[in-house]
Amino acid sequence: MPDKKPISSVNDFVVRFANVNGSGSASANELFARAILRHGVPVSPRNIFPSNIQGLPTWYEVRVTEAGHLGARGGVDMMVAMNPQTWDKDVAGIEPGGYLFYDSTKPMPSTKFRDDITVIGVPLTAITNSTYTDPRQRQLFKNIIYLGALCALLDMDPKVIEQLIGEQYKGKEKLLSSNVHALHLGRDWALQNLKCPIGLRIKRADKVGDRIFIEGNSAAALGAVYGGATVCAWYPITPSSSVAEAFTSHCKKYRHDPETGKAKYAIVQGEDELASIGIVIGASWNGARAFTATSGPGISLMTEFIGLSYFAEIPAVIMNIQRAGPSTGMPTRTQQCDIIACAYASHGDTKHVLLFPEDPAEAFEFAAASFDLAERLQTTIFLMLDLDIGMNHRLCRPLKWDDAKQYDRGKVMTAEMLEEGRDFGRYLDVDGDGIPYRTYPGTHPTKGSYFTRGTSRDRYARYSEEGPVYADNMQRLVRKFETAQDLVPRPLQANAERPTKYGVIYFGSTSPAMDEAIGLLEARGHQLDRLRIRAFPFHSSVASFLAEHDFVYVVEQNRDSQLRQLIVNENGIDPVRLVPIVHYDGTPITARFIAKAIGDHQDHLKVTPLRKAVS
Amino acid sequence: MTYIAKPKFHHPGLKKNELGYTHRDYEGKISTLCAGCGHDSITASIIEACYELSIEPHRVAKISGIGCSSKTPDYFLGNSHGFNSVHGRMPSVLTGANLANRDLIYLGVSGDGDSASIGFGQFAHSIRRGVNMTYIVENNGVYGLTKGQFSATADRGSKSKKGVTNTDNAIDLVAIALQLGATFVARSFSGDKTQLVPLIAAAIRHKGASFIDVISPCIAFNNHAGSTKSFDYVREHNDAVNRLDVLVGRDPIAVDYAPGMVQVVEQHDGSKVALRKIDADYDPHDRLGAMTFLQKHAAKGQIVTGLLYVDPEAEDLHEHLNTVETPLNTLEADALCPGSAVLDKINASLR
Repeated sequence: MPDKKPISSVNDFVVRFANVNGSGSASANELFARAILRHGVPVSPRNIFPSNIQGLPTWYEVRVTEAGHLGARGGVDMMVAMNPQTWDKDVAGIEPGGYLFYDSTKPMPSTKFRDDITVIGVPLTAITNSTYTDPRQRQLFKNIIYLGALCALLDMDPKVIEQLIGEQYKGKEKLLSSNVHALHLGRDWALQNLKCPIGLRIKRADKVGDRIFIEGNSAAALGAVYGGATVCAWYPITPSSSVAEAFTSHCKKYRHDPETGKAKYAIVQGEDELASIGIVIGASWNGARAFTATSGPGISLMTEFIGLSYFAEIPAVIMNIQRAGPSTGMPTRTQQCDIIACAYASHGDTKHVLLFPEDPAEAFEFAAASFDLAERLQTTIFLMLDLDIGMNHRLCRPLKWDDAKQYDRGKVMTAEMLEEGRDFGRYLDVDGDGIPYRTYPGTHPTKGSYFTRGTSRDRYARYSEEGPVYADNMQRLVRKFETAQDLVPRPLQANAERPTKYGVIYFGSTSPAMDEAIGLLEARGHQLDRLRIRAFPFHSSVASFLAEHDFVYVVEQNRDSQLRQLIVNENGIDPVRLVPIVHYDGTPITARFIAKAIGDHQDHLKVTPLRKAVS
Repeated sequence: MTYIAKPKFHHPGLKKNELGYTHRDYEGKISTLCAGCGHDSITASIIEACYELSIEPHRVAKISGIGCSSKTPDYFLGNSHGFNSVHGRMPSVLTGANLANRDLIYLGVSGDGDSASIGFGQFAHSIRRGVNMTYIVENNGVYGLTKGQFSATADRGSKSKKGVTNTDNAIDLVAIALQLGATFVARSFSGDKTQLVPLIAAAIRHKGASFIDVISPCIAFNNHAGSTKSFDYVREHNDAVNRLDVLVGRDPIAVDYAPGMVQVVEQHDGSKVALRKIDADYDPHDRLGAMTFLQKHAAKGQIVTGLLYVDPEAEDLHEHLNTVETPLNTLEADALCPGSAVLDKINASLR
């Protein structure tokens, strides 16, 4: 028995799998997460992997959370240690009273364990070697065998896993039966040789509801399909590649003409990011809905074209799945570190629209909306995801679509309108909102054509380097950006139960950790009003929120508190009132981190918690 | 530079083409390039070719990068949409535009700085993808707008206006285009309108990636002794492989084609390119032969002009991608959106 009482928890713990990249563990680990979901218990899984192909360590963490906290928690209650290389680090990361599950085929010296944890050894290699002769089978089925053992240890219903295997290998009976066999090999061994279940248990619940389990990149790609994107040009880069791959997959299913079999889309893997955004701009200029997906280094390469899109006023959608920078940084680690780079991308005075979805459901909605916004505003729209949302499955509300919805193609002057004698000036602010009309190439034999260029021009698209003409155009672009404030998704505010002088601003993938942190802070006696920013330009309610609070914490996942910089810059407020709370080690921010950072700061300010003041 | 507005008056007696358009309908703004620039001659040839083909001017999208050559789309087809993008990136913008609407005619105009240096990659990839376009490089071997630096097509040993000798090897865009699978490859000289106009016309009619490298002397910075792109040098070293005319299907006139001296190439859309060979051994269907021919003459210091290669069965990018005939930019929600019922099924599959 360990010298620390083993953790006992039902439906609320963290299991982490330590594997070797390329060992085929991913599908077994995901099966584990899905099986818990099928028990009606929410999970929040995360891939933690280095930037290599094979041989180096990879981890998969499953937070089991009946309370529905979908952010990372921090700490590990049970480590499934399948990688000798990372053994010491993995064992060290287990919470006191936690559990270590390992392959006990080869005996380990006692010094390799800890006294305050429960060690569970299963001779996985011995079991697989005695059952299978093929080396690949030995490797793959070892993963299913440890899944079977966990099934017994955590008191999971094996029928649930069998059903999932059945769905996965539908029509492939041989694979189905062999996987089920391996599952029971592990489960039976555990039941016969170990004390099952342990203190960590899965108990059937009804807390998942109708929610779905999907990766942000896939949801964003689906949003592009529903939003009417017909041209996608991209260049592979982690962690965004799966956006284009999912878009390709969705299009193959839903976008072929039933009579001819021909594609109602065009997808080009560009030679680089420059070509990809160039293709997007060319297609959008010609009236198609087009997008690219990339990450920070890709944005760096695209900035010249992004400036053209801004100045020449051409729609474009860029999905930026952020990773840790600068330069190559940590390609497979998450951050929210491209805020400034995207907001002001390119040389000269530029400002771009950014959208910050919090989860896959919003990634779908915002992706679809981004094409309306791009055409409405005739500019680049950045959909700002990050690796944590993009490459991890997340539980979220079902995706919804209104069949009555028509696409907003923005201000497009047609041949009929030109024929009516409407005055067409490509950069003429007809409505006072800063948004001009455009025409598509080929619209009319004699009217409506114009020359698109990155050089300065007058309201009728005639080349001009006259100072007042240039300034007039730049001021109209400012008006257009102001118009955007009311078109983009508004911030969502949630007030504390009691009035407070303190607020917190956050965005994107920080959302679930923030929601959970609020509870931890309340338990510590701190009340905070919350504002979740969903887009840049900032709606006027951001300035109101700042005015209403003495101090506002800005929680984000980058070193330099980039959103805070943007808020200060765009609202002209005293930066002292905005307190940066930053997390940037490449792991997803946790509720524990936020609650500690804000709580400590409040204590440091010698802010008396309201609860104590009342008492 | 000139800011004189071009008069809109059309002489009533101007000759009209099949669609009733005159040459004036294919013109653009007055050129702001140096008087005598070879690029203006190319502009005139484009105007002539479009007039002869009876193209609706507004059905052309003319796209360029940055530089002297890239300014020229402003000077022709004034009723067309033009796009002066960024340096060297014309091919990607054109590719995107083409994907959006396959029904328009795409003219890409570029320069040697644009295509052989900063845009070398984009040039190569647009060619290998088979984008249906006419890609014209106005090649003067020099950076004119920045006053005379060598470009990547400048020959080794040639001298700049300041007397500097180029020690780098030249990139031959025609050789590269042949290697990359361009299905229409030609080279011409801006001063040889007789050759250039039908070449442009044939390139426009060709379905696939058409590439024409046009040697175009820079009157300001590359027309001096020691230059290998000057008027005098090119006239002296021009070795035309053939002469060429375009026969559009609806216009069967064949006045220039003497029996035994003409090779008719039928293109995918039915139009025919008739080649009058000067070199009796030259076969424009032989890609490898074209590459060899080119290299052999290059070794002699000769500039080969004419239609070097054409594949009459060429496919374009849209065929590679199997896209619908309807231009993608006209498709709306009813054709593109799978709808809520499908989304419900997708949701169900994700639980």
